[in-house]
Amino acid sequence: MTNPTQITAEAGRPFVDIVREFDAPIAAVFRAHTDPELFAQWTGPEQLSVDVKVFDAVTGGQWHYVSTDPAGGTYGFRGVFHTVEHEALIIQTFEFDGAPGQVSMSVARFEETPTGTRISTHTVFPSIESRDGMVATGMEHGATESYRRLEALLERDSVHSA
Amino acid sequence: MALADPVRRAIVARLSLSDATVNELAAPFGITKQAVSRHIQVLESAGLITRSRDAQRRPCHLEPAALETLTEWIDALRLETERRHRRLDAVLTTLQEKHHR
Repeated sequence: MTNPTQITAEAGRPFVDIVREFDAPIAAVFRAHTDPELFAQWTGPEQLSVDVKVFDAVTGGQWHYVSTDPAGGTYGFRGVFHTVEHEALIIQTFEFDGAPGQVSMSVARFEETPTGTRISTHTVFPSIESRDGMVATGMEHGATESYRRLEALLERDSVHSA
Repeated sequence: MALADPVRRAIVARLSLSDATVNELAAPFGITKQAVSRHIQVLESAGLITRSRDAQRRPCHLEPAALETLTEWIDALRLETERRHRRLDAVLTTLQEKHHR
């Protein structure tokens, strides 16, 4: 079973809030965010290989990774861990090499729940344009397209069966 | 998100038929004209609707291209976040299996 992801991104405000629960103890969830080998296994856009160059998940530490797409295109991302509180909080900055100066900051809170761990992330972008553009960055472009095709297909089906 | 609110979705749906003034948009809802104006401001700042400056009635106009952009953006975010979380689920499952061995 997959837990739902709650995403709030209001128009006119350069924030994104994401809340998600994981069916694993807080120690494991936090480790997956701070151990570079584990982090590389799940971060980054789909089908892009991730090469973690630097990943020092401590207060004041730096991080840097490079994603490579199947065509050989590379996308570099870097930032600093502003604050890391063990199994509680990670505040970090995020910058895409392709958009220098557009630095976002995210505050991720880790909380134990009866069934596992909840992560609540609040991200602040330098502008609304930056927020909207960041999502498209390094994205597998075909994904949106195929998703839209699927949506169109589902819509058509529901019209037919109505 | 501009379209998270049911009143704003209804306003967008109404404007997809034709341009309308604030009074016309407020009519079907049991809320004040001021409240509708606030919703219109949100939609306007998101670039989803524009208002003509010439006429006194200042009708609202839906920008379909902007709507598509917003939908794509939020869909892309949802899709990528969901995938990322599922990959993390898989990593966590592996971690716990190792732990229990």
